[in-house]
Order: sequence, then structure tokens, then C-alpha cells
Amino acid sequence: MAGVAVSTTINGDHVEYLCQPDETLLDVLRDRLGLTGAKEGCGTGDCGACSVIVDDRLVCSCLVLGAEAEGRQIETIEGMAHGDQLHPLQQKFLEHAALQCGICTPGFLIAAKDLLAKNPDPTEEEIRFGLAGNLCRCTGYDKIVRAVQDAANVMKEGSR
Amino acid sequence: MRYIRPQSMEDAVGLLAGAAGPAAILAGGSDLLVRMKGGFVEPELIVDIKAIDGLSEIRETADGFSIGAAVPCAVLGEHAALKKAWPGVVEAAKLIGSKQVQGRCTIVGNLCNASPAADSVPALVAAGARAVIAGPSGKRTIPVEAVPTGPGRTSLAKGEIIEAILLDKRAPHAGDAYQRFIPRTEMDIAVVSAGVNLTLDDAGVIKSARVAVGAAAPTVLLVEEAAQVLIGSKLDEATLERLAKVCAGACRPIDDKRGTIEFRRKVAGVLAKRVAATAYERAGGK
Amino acid sequence: MNFDPRYSGRSFSSVGTRPIRPDGVDKVTGRARYGADFNMAGQLVGRVLRSPHAHAVIRKIDTSKAEKLAGVKAVITAADLPDLTDGDAAMYDILDNCMARKKALYDGHAVAAVAAIDARTARQALKLIEVDYEVLPHVTDVDEAMKHSAPLINDAIFTEGLEEKPVKPSNVYKRTQYGHGDVHQGFAEADMIVERSFKTEQTHQGYIEPHACVASVNPDGTADLWVCTQGHFVYRQHCAQLLGLEASKLRVTSSEIGGGFGGKTHVWAEPVALALSRKAGRPVKLVMTRDEVFRASGPTSATSIDVKIGARNDGTITAAEATLRYSCGPYAGMWAEIGAMTAFACYKLENVKTVGYEVLVNRPKTAAYRAPSAPMAAFAVESAVDELAKDIGMDPVDFRIKNAAQEGTRASYGPVYGPIGIGPTLEAVKNHPHMKAPLKQNQGRGMACGFWFNFGGQTCTDLNIGMDGSVSLAVGTVDVGGSRASLSLVAAEELGIDYSQVKAVVADTSSLGYNDMTDGSRGTFSSSMATISAARNAIKVLRERAAQMWDIPVDDVVWEKGHAVAKGEKHGNLGKLSLKEIAAQSGKTGGPIAGHSELVADGAGVSFATHICDIEVDPETGSTRVIRYTVVQDAGKAVHPTYVEGQYQGGAAQGIGWALNEEYIYGKDGRLQNPGFLDYRIPVCSDLPMIDTQILEIPNPNHPYGVRGVGETSIVPPLAAIANAVSNAVGVRMTHIPMSPPRILAALEAEREG
Repeated sequence: MAGVAVSTTINGDHVEYLCQPDETLLDVLRDRLGLTGAKEGCGTGDCGACSVIVDDRLVCSCLVLGAEAEGRQIETIEGMAHGDQLHPLQQKFLEHAALQCGICTPGFLIAAKDLLAKNPDPTEEEIRFGLAGNLCRCTGYDKIVRAVQDAANVMKEGSR
Repeated sequence: MRYIRPQSMEDAVGLLAGAAGPAAILAGGSDLLVRMKGGFVEPELIVDIKAIDGLSEIRETADGFSIGAAVPCAVLGEHAALKKAWPGVVEAAKLIGSKQVQGRCTIVGNLCNASPAADSVPALVAAGARAVIAGPSGKRTIPVEAVPTGPGRTSLAKGEIIEAILLDKRAPHAGDAYQRFIPRTEMDIAVVSAGVNLTLDDAGVIKSARVAVGAAAPTVLLVEEAAQVLIGSKLDEATLERLAKVCAGACRPIDDKRGTIEFRRKVAGVLAKRVAATAYERAGGK
Repeated sequence: MNFDPRYSGRSFSSVGTRPIRPDGVDKVTGRARYGADFNMAGQLVGRVLRSPHAHAVIRKIDTSKAEKLAGVKAVITAADLPDLTDGDAAMYDILDNCMARKKALYDGHAVAAVAAIDARTARQALKLIEVDYEVLPHVTDVDEAMKHSAPLINDAIFTEGLEEKPVKPSNVYKRTQYGHGDVHQGFAEADMIVERSFKTEQTHQGYIEPHACVASVNPDGTADLWVCTQGHFVYRQHCAQLLGLEASKLRVTSSEIGGGFGGKTHVWAEPVALALSRKAGRPVKLVMTRDEVFRASGPTSATSIDVKIGARNDGTITAAEATLRYSCGPYAGMWAEIGAMTAFACYKLENVKTVGYEVLVNRPKTAAYRAPSAPMAAFAVESAVDELAKDIGMDPVDFRIKNAAQEGTRASYGPVYGPIGIGPTLEAVKNHPHMKAPLKQNQGRGMACGFWFNFGGQTCTDLNIGMDGSVSLAVGTVDVGGSRASLSLVAAEELGIDYSQVKAVVADTSSLGYNDMTDGSRGTFSSSMATISAARNAIKVLRERAAQMWDIPVDDVVWEKGHAVAKGEKHGNLGKLSLKEIAAQSGKTGGPIAGHSELVADGAGVSFATHICDIEVDPETGSTRVIRYTVVQDAGKAVHPTYVEGQYQGGAAQGIGWALNEEYIYGKDGRLQNPGFLDYRIPVCSDLPMIDTQILEIPNPNHPYGVRGVGETSIVPPLAAIANAVSNAVGVRMTHIPMSPPRILAALEAEREG
């Protein structure tokens, strides 16, 4: 099986890799590039733990081939903080204890970032439906929703 | 296994037609990659159609809309004119999977996956949508209900690709709607579903109707008898009850992990009533 | 060491605050390393071949073709895991579950495994392994399995616990009985009796992280295992025993764990990965797929329960009886016994009897799931209690208050309670605004109580003070949901320093003495006790060093608010020495300063909760929606209240999923139909409302700070609370969990047809 040569941008950095035609972007990120922040909870797009943003679209990286990343802009959890400055969502997740085991957290943070980019002032219902593609088994979602609400408020104030 | 991203429809058709082993078309991949992961398919060739000119666009034409095969469902929801004209089709497309899946999945993929429970298909069937098919012997256009022939099977021949879905320009006083039943609020496959598309006259009387029921037979059902029940009415209570009865009666469901025969029959009727009411309201009826 | 664990009624400065957890930043930046995030040089990919049959004799396994495939480095079967269990039946079952020996006992049972250079090669190799099965009749339903005509799963099982040993083997491993008094007499005194049968389907813990490990066995018999587990010391014991390794030469490191809820208390793939590594001579990474997690790793029991409760018209329960049948998978278990112990634990009963039957079925080996066995028993009992209250015309909360157990009550499972929280949670619920909020059409309100024992157990902790005065705390209980934060708070509290000066880590098995697993809600309870003990030992050293620095007798030095203070008139000029100042001089005063502790944490206080929920039912479709939910639970003392709330909310959410939609669905062929998150429906964000919590603090007399375990009890009441709410919403009593829309609609239709 011939490898596919891919040239792409991940968290602002130019990246090149060779991957197999059937290899998912998630496998490439984790196994070839050492970016293990995206997790495989199911491999079938049902849990959202592998969420990344490709060209401003939230996707499950387990449902994207590595070969498809050619020429794209990819954002992962590893690129969410700016240097030592956490993203407001990351900070609020910590403050609200919006994580227990933390396995779903990178996916939730990426999904919440995408949600707030498209809807900076979401209602509770919009947050709940916006994050319905991310499963959390520990928290019952309460503290996650509150953290996103709080982060949205902080980000709105920051942008004023 | 090969992954190829052709730049033209001719190349794509040529690749598929010439494939020695099993070949797969990749647009959103939300069904294909799941099946590959589960070991249910092992294509020798993957043809990624997203680089083909025009396939990632929604075009508004004099006759209506042409939705390219590679347009993700999320984009349908962002197209104001399409949403206004065909809210039922758009809401059905927007029910497929999660936000994450929405960013990838396509209505053509949903159609070609040929699941009886596909969300967008009953809405497309009710809307009278047509599929434009490119193939080795040229192009043809068929009604969407002629694409799936059974669970996992389509009428497409080797080398054929659906390049777009066509939706008519909207007449005045028209509306469509779609609903499905799922046990949760999101992330489920339809247990049973219904799509209704109505056109009214100036007095609010239904003059044309199409009713489709999903997940109730091997393929999506276009229930002609239900349309006849609706036509000529102003959707009074008695009509809705008859509609429910006819839709329940038309079902040929199975018992499976998602629901029972009795449940699907009963709820198909309930959904048909609710969806018809929404479509009627959208068409301007009161 | 004369550690005094008794509650002292002290006031707190750190405990009870809500700081950010020490492992938090790693977890929000993607840097935290979970089971599958670790790699070793030269590592191979391990994959497991699983039985497609629910019950089949394995006649022969031919691995020759797989072995010849380029890139395959090892293929193993049961033959590569010889039986070293030496008559230990429980370990033999674990071994057989890891790799089927004579028979495949459920769909998904491991029969062989490969290690190859990459995932693709490993997958291909699995296809080349030829297994010759003789398919046998199977049974997956708990009631069916008890019938005499049922296919026999293990012909060496003769029901234990009967007066006479049965002459024939059966699928009932054991009968157990609990209770006291005379239930016949009690029922004779009752004015009203409710008697019903209930069923609950099997659910999975549903942790988002699949089981994952990296195993590396060296030719000299040393080995390393990196694994997501709730108990790395227990994994070490089990793996060492099954592989014939010396425990001290097998170092097990617990990765960050992506959820366990009891499901990561058992070895499954780890011995297989070690065996593959031993055979291949290279490290092997083995990660389960989601499909494997559902088919082959620990679900809870499916149950069938009969309940009978009688009461006088004044609301006094006169007798209570239950028969509980729990599925164990194809191996012996004690799940029904736990159910029989917990069933009536909330109540003060003169006459009570519970009987449990452990039932073998062709399903995966049952594993613990958060307060294992208690939610199903509570569903049956609390449904019947609600119905009985209604029948005699009493408010369900008042009825429960009247019959609630209290300090001095003899529990239905034997012991006499100390100070407990059932009464206070009920009083809190009675006065909660939720109980008075108006309801709309098709909405109903339900409430229910729950009990869990809580465990303590073997615990070992090290507290090391750096020369800069910072404190590192090494614990051996895996942190499943924030315990490093709570244990850092406890260390800070006891030492009298700031939380920010403490960092807790989970030590590997070579760095600390044995610890039991994080189960039974024991993590914070036990490790905080050991941390307090270790801190007190460190304080003793700190006082000695201060005495040395001052050149005064150690008995004149006391420890106050993080400082050594010389007491007595004659030392009036000495001022105070901070922990930091003492630490800075440690190199000159006797070397490193540390406190160590090893203990058996006894006296884990029992835990009670009462939940309230509002449910809306769509009477046309049977669809349900949780409108409002409130958890009231006793924490003893909430060390980090935010994480305590998180436990309450998480348990409630799991219970809601169980009550409404989650279930294992088996086909007629005995194969699991829904081994994925699409059709095994755990609640998503839009399914749930905010979950309100109220923490009560009734101190546990057996812990210095009054701490009780909090992790599990919250999953016990929801099944019943929701069933009661549905009943109040639409007037049908649901007796089969989950109350999925088809079941509710069918019940409604049956009711309408009368």
C-alpha cells in the first residue's frame, strides 16, 4: 500500500507527513505527529473525543482521512492556549471543575470554541445542543455548561 | 488501497468505472469511514470527490436549487434562500449526526448509504427532489426515491456518481417539514420518521401533497394514499386522524434494537400529523 | 504507629475550599497522558480475536497462517497463558475470561491474540487464525437461565448456600439470605401489602476511554505495564500471578484514567498484552476498540426482582421481603448478594428477609458499576415503597421519614448504624423548593432514596517535604475524578500550609506500598486518612528538627498553623519557625523530611441520598424528558465541595441514562446488537437539565475530618425516582428498566385498553 504524502497546517505550523490511504486524521495526529490530545473514544464519530477544527469546521478526526488534510488548516487542543496563556474556555473549565476524568475535555473544549466562534452569546439550550456530539460520562454536563456560559461572558467582555 | 482526489467528474467516473476491486466514493466519509473501521468494507480505491469543480456548491438557478454532492449538511443550514424555500429538507439534513458529523456529511451520502432510517431522505422524497447522476454513458436525472433499492443497496451502476440534488423553485403557499423519533434529543438514528410537503391554494386548501415515512420499510415510503387524504382539506382534526391511520397502515416495519413494529406504526402516524401541521403552517395555512 | 482516626470536630481552613486541581492544566491542554497516549521504542500493536458465538466449545485453534504473515511477531492462545492459579477459583475465572480455555462463553470472549508491527498487519493476522467451534445452545436472560431446561454454562456449578448440596449442576452459583425478624408474622400485621416483580436490563459503565495498556516483558523476568486502571497494585498482583512473574519485578504505572466507574477494577487485556510481549520479546500496546469494550468488558448485572412490603394504616412498615436474581456473566459472582444486602438498608424494619441468587448467563463477566447491585434493588424497593405510600394515602416523603433507619437501627444486612444521613436527606427533600414547584400537564414528580456501604481498606501514602518547603504527596489510590485536589487540601490542612505548596501524584507500584483500588468510594476517604497520618508523622519530624535548631527538648515544640512554636515562658524569645524555614535547614539537621503512612482505613461511614426528579412524558410516543433534578446526599465532610457536587451530578446522570435508555440488547443468536455509542444510548448534553445538589455533612465518627465516601451513592436512587415520576405523570407503574419509549408507550396503550 503506497503512502500518501500530505502537506498541511496544524495549529499554525506547516507539517508534512506520509500516511496510509485508509489512515484517519486521528491516527496521524496521535501516532505519527505525537499530538495525543485528541482521544479515540469510539472511532465512529459518536463520542466527539477526537474533535478538531478543519478549515473552521468542527469535525471528528476519526471520520477524516489523513490524506484529506492536504492543504487544510487544522486546529487541535494543543494549539488552543497561546503560550502560557490559557484560552478562557480552558480557564473556566478548570475553575468550574468541568472535568472529572478529563478524557472528553479536549474534545469539549474544541467543540465549545467552535460553538462560541459561531454563536458568542448562546442560550443554555444552544450550548446543550451545540455540545451534544461530545459525550461525557463523569459530570452530567452541568459544570461543563456553566463553564461555557461563564467563558462566553468573559470573551464577550474581552471583545468589547 | 489507493486514495485519489480527481479534479474533474470525467476523471472520477473513469477511475470508478475502471476500478479492478471494490471502489468507494468519499465526500463526507461519515458512513464510509465507519464501515471501513468496522471491517465491513475494504475498498481497493477511494475516490475523494471534493476537489471536483462545483461539487461543493449550492447553486440557485431559475428552476430552483442544485446542491452539489460534496456540500456538507452544515452548509445547507447556512444557506438562507434554501432554508427559506425548503425548511423541511434543511431541518432533516441538519439532524444527521452531531455538529461534528454535520461538518462532513452530505445529503447525497445519506441517500447513497441507502439506510431506511436516513434522515434527509424522507424529506427529499416529500420534496420531490431529483438526483443528477454522472456515469460512463453520460448524465441522467432520476427521482431520489429511485436511488435506494433496499438497505445498503442503490440503483447506481458501476462508475456512476450522483453529482447533485435538484430541488424545485418554490410555488407560493408551499411548505415542508420533517421530524423523526429518537429516544434521546440528539445523536440517534431515526426509529421512525415522516416528511410532508404541501402546496395550498389562496384559500388555504391543500392542492398538492407528498408524504414520506422513513425507517418503516426496507426503503423510504412515499405514501400516495396519505397525500390523497390531505389534498382538498384544510388540515382539520379528522383529516389529521385519517392521515395518521393511513401512514401507520402503510408501514411495513420490523422489530429491532431501535424499536418495535407496534411502536413504529403508532409513532409514524403521530409524526405524520405533527409534521403535516408544521408544513401547513409554513405554507401559510391557519 | 498510633494513629487516632477519630473525628475531632475541628474547624478547617483548607478543607471545604474549592481550588483548581493540580492535574488540571495538563487536562485542558491535551498534555495529560491516558492509557493509549503512551508509547515505547520498538512497540508492537496487539489485537485480540474474539468469539462470535455466545456459547461454543473451542475444538481447535490453528494459528499457523497468522504466524507466517510478514510483520506478525507473536500469536497467542490460552496455551500461552498456562494455568498457574493453583486452585484459586476466582483467579481461574479471571484467567479464563482473559483468554477462553475450553469454551467461548459469550459473544466477544477472547480466544487468541496477535502482536504485529502495525494495526493493519495485526488485523489481517486475526483473519488468518482459524478457530474450530462447536456451537452450543446459549442463554442470556437471567430468568431463562434459572430454568431447569436452560443450557448449562458450567457443569461444575452446584448451587451453594442451599441446605443440601444439589445433585445436579445448574446456572445458579449461589443462594444468599439476609434479614431478621419474622416476615410471615409481619405481613399478617399489615393493613396493606404491595407485591410486584421488576426487571432491569444490563448496562455498561460507559467510560469514554477504552481499556488500553503498553506491556513490556524483559528476558530477565522484569516487566513494565503502563495502563489505565482503578487499581494498579491489584493489576500487578493479578498479572504477576497469571504470568508467573514476581510482583516486585512487575512495575505497573497507572496512566490518567478516562473513567472507570468500577469497570477498570478487573484485568482483561493486560495479561494478554504481557503474554504477547513475553513471546514477541518487544513492548506491546493493546487498546480495545469501543466494540470490544461493550462486548467483552464489564457490564453490570441484568436483574429480576420480586418485592413484597406490608404496612399498617398509620404508615409503619411491618414486613419487607425481596427475592433478587442477578446475572453474573458466565462466572461465579456475588452481585445478588450485594443487592440483597442493600435492598432495604434505608429502613428501620422489624421483619425483613432478602434472598439473592447469582445466575450464570452467556454474557460478559459482570463487573462492578458504581455502587454495584444497589440501583436495581433500590428501583424495585423504592417503587414498591412509593406505591405502598400511595395505597395507604400517605405522602411518599413522610412515609419514608416514618420508616427511615436512624442511629442505633439494626440494618437489614446485619450491622447497627452509627450516625447516618437517611433521615436528614429526607427532611431536606421535604423542605426543598423543588418539592413545591408547580408541574405542567404530562409532568410528574418522583423521589427515591439510596444507600451505599462505602469501603475503606489498605492504603499507603508518602509525604515528602522539599528543601524549598513545598510538599509532594505520593498516593496509591488512582485519581478518578479529582482526588489529587482533595488529598492536597487534606495535606495542606494538616500541615497548616497553603494548598498551592502541595502537589499530589499517583505513585507507581514500585514507589509505594500496596494500595487497594479506587473503588467502593474509598479514594478520598482512605487516602485522606493515610495522608493525615503521614502528615502527622512528618510534623513529628518537623518538631524534632525545630527542637534541634533551637536546641530545646522536642516536647517543648508544638505545631501550629504551619509553624513550629516553642511553648513555655522560658522559650518566649524564640519566635516561630515555618515549615519552609525548617525544610531549608533539613540537610544540616538530619536530612530529608518525610512522613509515611500505611494503614487499613476502617470505618468508612455508610452513605445515603434522596433524589427528586420531574419527568415529562409525551403520551403519544412514550418519549420522556427530565425537566428538573435534585440530589441531596450526605458527604460526611465535603473536602472539595465542587468535586463532591460533580460526583452527585455524574452519578445522577448515569442513573438517568440507565433508567431511560441504556441497555444491552442481545439477538436470538446471543450476539450483542448494540456495541457502540450510537445504539447504546448514554445521555448527551441536550438530554439533561442542570442537576441541583445539596451536600449534607453528618460527620463520620471514624475519620479525623468526618469524611465519608461520596462517589457511588448518587447512582442508586435515580432508577426508582424516575420510575416514580413517570408513574405520577401518566398513571402507569413501570416495572421494567430502561423505561424506553417503546416500553412506556406499550404500557400506556395497555392501560388505555384497560
